[in-house]
Amino acid sequence: MIQVEQLSKYYGARAAIRNLSFRIDSGEVVGFLGLNGAGKTTTLRILGCVLLPTSGTVRLDGQDLLSAPRQLKARIGFLPETPPLYEDMTVGEYLAFVAGLRGVDPARIPARVGETEERTGLAAIDAERISTLSHGFRQRVGVAQALVHAPEVLLLDEPANGLDPVQNVEMRALVRSLRGDHTVLVSSHILPEIAQTCDRLLVVRDGELVAQGSEAELQERLGVGTGVELEIAGPVEAVASALRNVPGVRAVAVQMVAPDRAVLRVDAPDALRPALAQAALAAGAQLFRLDVSADRLESLFLKLTGRGASA
Amino acid sequence: MSPVLLIARRELRGYLRTMTGWIIAASVLLIDGLLFNAFALEGSRRSTEVLTRFFYFASGPTMVAAIFLAMRLLAEERQLGTLPLLYASPVRDRDIVLGKFLGAVAFLSGVTLATVYMPLLILVHGQISLGHLLAGYLGLLLLGSASLGLGTLGSSLARSQIIAAILGAALLVSLLVAWLLASVTEPPFSKLFAAIALHNAHFPPFQSGQVHLRDVAYYLLVTWVALFATTRVLEARRWQ
Repeated sequence: MIQVEQLSKYYGARAAIRNLSFRIDSGEVVGFLGLNGAGKTTTLRILGCVLLPTSGTVRLDGQDLLSAPRQLKARIGFLPETPPLYEDMTVGEYLAFVAGLRGVDPARIPARVGETEERTGLAAIDAERISTLSHGFRQRVGVAQALVHAPEVLLLDEPANGLDPVQNVEMRALVRSLRGDHTVLVSSHILPEIAQTCDRLLVVRDGELVAQGSEAELQERLGVGTGVELEIAGPVEAVASALRNVPGVRAVAVQMVAPDRAVLRVDAPDALRPALAQAALAAGAQLFRLDVSADRLESLFLKLTGRGASA
Repeated sequence: MSPVLLIARRELRGYLRTMTGWIIAASVLLIDGLLFNAFALEGSRRSTEVLTRFFYFASGPTMVAAIFLAMRLLAEERQLGTLPLLYASPVRDRDIVLGKFLGAVAFLSGVTLATVYMPLLILVHGQISLGHLLAGYLGLLLLGSASLGLGTLGSSLARSQIIAAILGAALLVSLLVAWLLASVTEPPFSKLFAAIALHNAHFPPFQSGQVHLRDVAYYLLVTWVALFATTRVLEARRWQ
């Protein structure tokens, strides 16, 4: 659906992005991962028709986005890094204004605004002035303006930027709920955040695409060790021994986190999680937590972004 | 509704909902009232002279108000990060500029026309011609429109509203003082400077109740050139 070829953008002599090429198919939710300054925002601004590239092409269903942008802009919804909000308007007025601007039939605007507010959890604050909203709600209004004209493509630049943990979870759920109805490209510099939300990741470093694929594919390609963590109480050594006997387990490390509580780090593939849980329970453990190792995601992120050596 | 009208309506609402719009409107009405009372009504004059002096003194606050109204048009969008919303919409850059300009023109027109009670006060002891009244207000609106155009261009060049106002004022003053340059230069430059002087060369006929096509065309041309340049600035920003 979106085909980006040899896209470059220079600010003076400095390249913000260099020869970026990738493809996003219809209905995919793709994560755009990179450190601050890696070129994510520049790329999204070009795809959102806000910025023109120095060279390269962007095609939407085969049509050149850069030479015929007006016809294609209505098919794209774009949330910039800072939500573009008019403080003096109410949420409802603002979304109606944006819908009109994006060419929604005037008779359909109230219905579209209502549907979008329902979907983004803004219905209760339709009459609130944007200047009075919290950061979390402002981000939601930003997503709502990108959605209000029912675009096929959604470009979200750091939608969870500055949100507290609860708002972060809500935003992830909102982005996940867009799957199927829209083709989504969402940027972030936080791997766990988009790893949970996206089908595939595009990783940029210093303006260049350095990797792409699912989280599992990237782990395999980059040789990042797999790992599962279990937090248990009970006979720690017996449980560790039981886990070592599960076929596929390469190693088990035990760390006591309290007199009666231990974290067991198991070097094993994700797919073994049910078997590990069963083995631990059978060995008499009380299981408090079973999760993918946080270290693993961190290690993958550092390798992807080129900071692995210094980590 | 067309994108131009949508943007114009939003801009007009912006003036009506913020203190800035009301402060500018109140200041114009106050200063116009003071100047009318202190200078236009002073001494014994014929009604038509009073009306001519009213339009002369009202032209200054109109130009200043136009610069203050225009300073926010694009600089504020850049400052608040709302310009990408317009850029990412299926709207031409010229529609963005025109919509914003028309919103400001509508507000300035409302403020200018709210001064009409002053010339009408002349009717208490004298007589005025409707033609003179209409010509004077047409002149004020055209002068205001040209000043707004220059202010909009200044606003497109800066991120800060203060800098935008300074740039707009610099452009305006450059055209205002062109008549001074005309007096110290030789032809053909003296003729050129005399012809492009924003106020001295083109406003006096309006304030005296005369409408000349060349003056109307001049103000419309200044407005068009300023808005065209603003559109080019917006287009150029997409490359930056």
